[in-house]
This record gives sequence, C-alpha cells and structure tokens, in this order.
Amino acid sequence: MKFGLMVSEGPYTHQASDSAYQFAKAALDKGHEIQRVFFYHDGVNNATRLTEPPQDDRHIVNRWSALAAEHQVDLVVCVAAALRRGIKDEVLAPGFRISGLGQLVDSAIKADRVVVFGD
Amino acid sequence: MATDPSRIKKVMFVNRKAPYGTIYALESLEVVLITATFDQDVSLVFLDDGVYELLKGQDTKGIGIKNHSKTYRALDGYDVEKLYVERESLEARGLSEDQLLVDVEVLSSAEMGRLMAEQDVVLSF
Repeated sequence: MKFGLMVSEGPYTHQASDSAYQFAKAALDKGHEIQRVFFYHDGVNNATRLTEPPQDDRHIVNRWSALAAEHQVDLVVCVAAALRRGIKDEVLAPGFRISGLGQLVDSAIKADRVVVFGD
Repeated sequence: MATDPSRIKKVMFVNRKAPYGTIYALESLEVVLITATFDQDVSLVFLDDGVYELLKGQDTKGIGIKNHSKTYRALDGYDVEKLYVERESLEARGLSEDQLLVDVEVLSSAEMGRLMAEQDVVLSF
C-alpha cells in the first residue's frame, strides 16, 4: 500500500514525530511504500539540522534524514508554516525539502491512505 | 489496491480546536483553500472546541492576533460548500446554529461518524 504521512507537531515536545517515524519504518519493513511525509504546523521543526539533543537520546532529525537516504522517502516541509517558524533552506537537514501545501493535497490524491500524526 | 489518480476524492477536514489559542484553525484554513484549487470533493467538519471557529462576532483586537473568521464566509467562492457541525459539540457549549457565521448542516455524532466513514481522506486539525 502507498502511504502519505503528515506530522503536525514538533520533535521531543510531542510523540507525533516519533510515532510517524516508527510507523514509516514498520510500513517500509513490510514492503509498503511511503509516498511522502509532509511536515506541517510545528512539525516543520523536525527539519532543522541545528537540532542537537543530548547524546543519550534519540536524534529525531537525523533519524528522518537516514530514512530518506535509505528508502528515498520524500520529506516535505510546508513553506508557509516553515517561514513563520524560522525554518529556511539554509537550516534544512539532509533529505528534507521545502515546498507548498499542494504537496499535501498531492498525497491525499495519490496515496492509498493518508495518516495524520498530531495532537 | 491501486488508486486511480484521476478519480475525484472525498477529502474531509476535521476542525477540533478553538480559533485562536493555537494555530491549528488558521493553518487548517490555509490547507482547505489550497485543496479547493485541486478540484476535489472537499468538506469541513467542526466539532469539539472547533465549533467556536464559526462563531459570529469574533473580535481579536484585544489579543493582537489577526481575525481569520471572515475567511469562512469566502469559502463559498472557492466552491467549498459542505460544512458540517456536530450537534453534541454545540449543545455542550451552549451554542446554537443561529450564532454561526455561515450556513452549516448540523449532524449528530453518529451521523458524523457515518459521513467520515464515506471519505477517502480525513485530515484532522
């Protein structure tokens, strides 16, 4: 099955990004496709390479980057939501790209299921 | 199961949060306006504190935040005409349909559940 995911909350404060990552990984392991992960609202804060968690904690941003590198998952950050929160191309972690809300609608149209991870 | 990308999909936006204390209502509205340009079958649902988004007479001067409630009246111009409000959410907050700033269809939560089950995509905010 082809899944589109939306992540609506920032990292560490909320479990949305962790849950979405675990879901994506489990789906890929079972042979499904993750068509795109769309980061919206405070979810755009998952995309900054300035993130530096303590060493004994998971690195949420790097984990997404690794998933993108390994499985060619399209990680899209909403431009309007990103600019509001100071997320720009120059701070993007590898594997993320900034684009418009049309990419979320595109997932709604093309994916078999869209799963929202939020509050 | 393959999805035919040319088929019009039923896309529902579920608005659950009050209009100002968080950004969800405003950013949901932004997605709705974009989705309207993709010629899909769009509907909006308002439940829980989301019913406050449609309340008439919103005045945000005191909190220094832009009043986005007028946008709901403009949805008509984007051919977004299916607006549903959950009856139980209105009643729990002592609100009635005539206090809302747009025409809506009021549904019970059971009816709302059936409508949600018919959708291809449900995005919640």
